[in-house]
Amino acid sequence: MKIYANGMHYAALNAAVRQSKEDTEIFGCVGQRYLGAGLEDRKIVIHGTPGNALGAYLNGAELTVDGNVQEATGDTMNGGVIEVHGSAGDATGYAMRGGKIFIEGDVGYRCGIHMKAYLSHRPAIVIGGRAGSFLGEYQAGGTLIVLGGHTEHKPIVGNFCGTGMHGGEILLRCDALDAALPAQVKAERIQGPGSEEAVSLVKEWCARFGKDETPYLTATYYRLTPNAENPYRQMYTPN
Amino acid sequence: MMQLYIRPDYEVIRNEARCIACRICERQCANEVHSFDPETGLMRSDESKCVNCHRCVSLCPTHALKIVKTDDTYRENANWEAQTIHEVYRQANTGGVLLSSMGNPKPYPVFWDKLLINASQVTNPPIDPLREPMETQLYLGKRTVKAEREENGLLKDTLPPQLKLSVPILFSAMSYGSISYNAHESLARAAEALGTYYNTGEGGLHKDFYKYGKNTIVQVASGRFGVHKEYLETAAAIEIKMGQGAKPGIGGHLPGGKISEDVSKTRMIPQGVDAISPAPHHDIYSIEDLKQLVDSLKEATEYKKPIIVKIAAVHNAAAIASGIARSGADIIAIDGFRGGTGAAPTRIRDNVGIPIEMALAQIDTRLREEGIRDNVSILVGGSVRSSADVVKAIALGADACYIGTAALLALGCHLCRSCHTGKCNWGIATQRPDLVKRLNPDLGYERLVNLVSAWKHEIEEMMGGMGINSLEALRGNRLMLRGIGLTDTELRLLGVRYAGDSL
Repeated sequence: MKIYANGMHYAALNAAVRQSKEDTEIFGCVGQRYLGAGLEDRKIVIHGTPGNALGAYLNGAELTVDGNVQEATGDTMNGGVIEVHGSAGDATGYAMRGGKIFIEGDVGYRCGIHMKAYLSHRPAIVIGGRAGSFLGEYQAGGTLIVLGGHTEHKPIVGNFCGTGMHGGEILLRCDALDAALPAQVKAERIQGPGSEEAVSLVKEWCARFGKDETPYLTATYYRLTPNAENPYRQMYTPN
Repeated sequence: MMQLYIRPDYEVIRNEARCIACRICERQCANEVHSFDPETGLMRSDESKCVNCHRCVSLCPTHALKIVKTDDTYRENANWEAQTIHEVYRQANTGGVLLSSMGNPKPYPVFWDKLLINASQVTNPPIDPLREPMETQLYLGKRTVKAEREENGLLKDTLPPQLKLSVPILFSAMSYGSISYNAHESLARAAEALGTYYNTGEGGLHKDFYKYGKNTIVQVASGRFGVHKEYLETAAAIEIKMGQGAKPGIGGHLPGGKISEDVSKTRMIPQGVDAISPAPHHDIYSIEDLKQLVDSLKEATEYKKPIIVKIAAVHNAAAIASGIARSGADIIAIDGFRGGTGAAPTRIRDNVGIPIEMALAQIDTRLREEGIRDNVSILVGGSVRSSADVVKAIALGADACYIGTAALLALGCHLCRSCHTGKCNWGIATQRPDLVKRLNPDLGYERLVNLVSAWKHEIEEMMGGMGINSLEALRGNRLMLRGIGLTDTELRLLGVRYAGDSL
């Protein structure tokens, strides 16, 4: 089904998407929020620029955007895929528990904050360019990969990467780690993305955006993991 | 390092003439206070471990036990009381942040106790609730909608979703993790039987309790534990937790040790790993951002569920509530600074926030002044201790009350304020299977139903006395209240006259 979204209120657009019950293509999207919220089992292709909270609580659907997305993409996402042929704003994948987000370009601040994994739910975000500050803050599980494919001479991540991290992993494709890491995080230098899961995520990102895998699979990565599962255990005194 | 001895606050007094050394106290105490001395055949106690939860006292078959406040004393000092001294010792011993549970125990004024309820005499006579109908049913939700008509003139149903309650009392948010499975089951079943709601807190909803969905409010907090489509859809309403009265401005932290297999399934996080709820929602920095979360939840649930926004009662609560009332939320929940908690830093619990009575009165006034009171319903909690508190809260402007501590007391809690240790002898604030099974949900739910039914009768009596036969007519009716022992400022903030000040 095709929907022409020009001038539509988000509630009307979302209602039309929900009612269609089939794969949907949206044209002329201009900032409508909450597209695909909670959707399962369907493909939605979006032309234009969706608004905040694209795919919030997404539960299995696959969303493709042929441009940039705004803030809070994939908020509390539980399953499915969001593929963005552009860059994403702040708080991408907030508290995400499952599914995958692939971003061709950069992400803003607070990407993957409080991402968590649970049994078969293994959330992942793969970012082609750079990430802003607070990447993976409070991360409790899942995988964040930043591929650093950009030509600006800026660090691959901003400040406070992984602050409060107590699970999961962050992979940064770079030769030298120029960001200062907080005490809760340890970094190891590895060749290639490391685990099978990480390799397959990088391959999937390359396939989705038509990139040659080789430079991504053979490069140097920094793998960040938490120092402890219970970082605050010693903090309290029963009173 | 030097560990300074901290003398116990309580002494376990055992009447040797009554004690039959049956060792029940020993088996009942998860803190391991009691032990049997085979050489003398007598019971011993180590009071340094006692939290004064009264489990042993309650279960001793010969009533041989009592717990008394120790009369051991430091040199008396009105400024440096024993508790204050002990806290310094504890921190010097460990370097840790002091951790406490349940509500603020400090002697701050309780304004409920300084408000008196009116009754009718002669004119507008009292109503006998045993003889005449009293309306205690109410709806929570947004009331301000434009009336729209179909082409044929019939009214369109544009009323946003409402929560129907048969009594103005709900059970407040307590997560599975902070309290036990059996405690949750008791609350869920009682809510169903009473025609009201219980609240999952931020710990997710156990699969076994999905069947109580019609009476369940689910919470969405900063950690988003257990939040997914089915969870949202199962609930009657969704509560966004911005703050909690016991610990305004800080997040939650469930230690990995309390994350059992079952709790892990419910929260959808790995076993044994700390569950950290950050202090802020990292996507909410303004009322506009809050509106976005409200709207995204509405979209995800197709506008079928009322959205509650819960905040702690803090200094600018009225201004914050004004923002929330414009955020698209249907209900505002306000939690006062005496509200309970499974664990909070002592300093926060005891020093941050304001009394619920003041926050409520100010919020209701502010929303009325701005003409947006009917945009939202107001729920208050922390702490509502009796039916009289409920009546006073409604007269100050609340639609209904959340009760947490009172509900736990009904389940057997003795307010020892040691929930953070996870060794609750009453089977409430623990995940230890041997302790959890001490709380029988068949009996627990009955006790909750008893409590709320009794309060309902009392509310009807008080309403009848005032000549009021529906909650609607009591809500915000501050002329039904008079203050006693209050300053002019307190009277002004509460919006009530002094006792004896006749119209």
